[in-house]
Amino acid sequence: MSKRIDVKDLNVYYGSFLAVEDVNINIEAKSVTAFIGPSGCGKSTFLRTLNRMHEVLPGARVEGEVLLDGDNLYDAGVDPVTVRTQVGMVFQRPNPFPTMSIRDNVLAGVKLNNKKISKGEADALVEKSLVGANLWNEVKDRLDKPGSGLSGGQQQRLCIARAIAVEPQVILMDEPCSALDPISTLAVEDLINELKDQYTVVIVTHNMQQAARVSDKTAFFNIAGTGKPGKLIEFADTTTIFNNPSQKATEDYVSGRFG
Amino acid sequence: MTATVVRKRSALTKGQLPKFAPYIVLAVAVIVGAAILALIGFNAFGWGVVSAALFTIGLVAWSGAVEGARKAKDKLATCLIVGSFLIALLPLVSVIWTVLVNGIPGLVTPGFLGTSMNGVTGAFDNKAVEEGGKVLGGIYHALLGTLQITLLATVISVPVGLLTAIYLVEYGNDRPLARAITFFVDVMTGIPSIVAGLFAAAFFFAVVGPGTKTGAVAAVALSVLMIPVVVRSSEEMLKIVPNELREASYALGVRKWRTITKVVIPTAISGIASGVTLAIARVIGETAPILVTAGFATTINNNVFGGWMASLPTFIYTQILNPTSPSNPGPSDQRAWGAALVLIILVMLLNLGARLIARLFAPKTGR
Repeated sequence: MSKRIDVKDLNVYYGSFLAVEDVNINIEAKSVTAFIGPSGCGKSTFLRTLNRMHEVLPGARVEGEVLLDGDNLYDAGVDPVTVRTQVGMVFQRPNPFPTMSIRDNVLAGVKLNNKKISKGEADALVEKSLVGANLWNEVKDRLDKPGSGLSGGQQQRLCIARAIAVEPQVILMDEPCSALDPISTLAVEDLINELKDQYTVVIVTHNMQQAARVSDKTAFFNIAGTGKPGKLIEFADTTTIFNNPSQKATEDYVSGRFG
Repeated sequence: MTATVVRKRSALTKGQLPKFAPYIVLAVAVIVGAAILALIGFNAFGWGVVSAALFTIGLVAWSGAVEGARKAKDKLATCLIVGSFLIALLPLVSVIWTVLVNGIPGLVTPGFLGTSMNGVTGAFDNKAVEEGGKVLGGIYHALLGTLQITLLATVISVPVGLLTAIYLVEYGNDRPLARAITFFVDVMTGIPSIVAGLFAAAFFFAVVGPGTKTGAVAAVALSVLMIPVVVRSSEEMLKIVPNELREASYALGVRKWRTITKVVIPTAISGIASGVTLAIARVIGETAPILVTAGFATTINNNVFGGWMASLPTFIYTQILNPTSPSNPGPSDQRAWGAALVLIILVMLLNLGARLIARLFAPKTGR
């Protein structure tokens, strides 16, 4: 239940502005890949192209290929909705649906798509997803309470439970811990380690220690200057990136001598 | 037991007016105001105005002398703001008071809410005045008409207005069409209500036949007034739904239309519902468009699609302008004020309903 992603010659545009230039990257199935780099270098933009969330913004478009186990996401006739059921996403700020209970939040992917599901199946799915997100023990007695009543870290794990409830192949995480305290961050990082057994995980982070802790491979993105496109500078095993990078820019960035 | 330390005034509170200073100034201002008014001819309104002016001058001057310029300016600003608030409150309280005093005799007359004006002629009114009997006739037909016309107008306006707002917020993307719609909605907001009435009347004259005057025509006229209000309020409510929720829904593989109906609208529903209720409150008191589209009737009409129909505003209008008994307009006045009171109560109930709806539908928080 996980697929690999291969990106070939990808250019990402906002209108006529080239935001990310010429990315080639191969992301293995059942691995954690971290994207690091300075703000505005296109990490998040590139991440959003991996499940076609990019094109939700007006004027955004993409050139090149993103292959999910060999199938191009950007082939003509591919429905972005199908892509998104296979490639889930967790956002920077926890965003549970405020009108729904914890249980309904987990079932959102099923219910919003109007799929029929029996009560027994729904209960099983809720428990499985919440257990998978390390949240079950904390919320099992208040599944009917609103999701917005949880703490920030719990809300973020609820969003992860919501994402894995639709059983995607790949989970994209856009700075999932940047709004969380260290304890909640630890809980989410532990969770990422467990998710690796079943899913392909791609995570954008500003925290290099976090990238070092959770990821198998790390990609470093950089930008030459304001108004220039972001580029993938180096992609290698996490240990290599942090200990023995081949590019000068990477070394400067991971050692804090940036700029 | 600790000994109570007798101490002088704190150095930090030196140079301040005592707490009771405003009351002293107020008492002096009221007395002096009464004296001045006694010289030039007493009236209560003038007394209030002169006293307020004296109070402001006195307090600011005293404060300026003792506390300095900054505190004096503060006192002046407080006086001006409280004064403006009282002035704004005056007409509101006055209207409510007048309508209550004049309306309650009509409202408590037995049968006022349950009978129509069918068969009530000037002879009955003359008799009621001369012999002191009860005033016959009521507003049942008008109340029924108002409810039917407003309900139909709501049924027309809410889908049109809400769908327009959804287009503008979710699909418009600042396209030329969306900008044109926004512009014309703004123009529609400013249409005088009589023009909306004439439009609806002319439209039905042309389509159905000359002289078509029914509740439905009035409902169309009111819709013309309601739709822009519904569009505007729904648009604002949809706009403040965080984009993150839409993205969260898309990321789960939910289609746009289902995202709108299942995530965006439920999140905004409390604001939309109260906006709709306020739009209803806005049109329920319209007189002119109903007069030219539904005419006025003295009998009960249950069919909104056929025949002339009374409504509360037109009932008030005709009772005041053409009393049932021209020689004794008293009973007609009483009925008109009673109808006005009912209308105000309706609007108040709608506003309370809007608050209730907003609270019921509001996204739940708590643990």
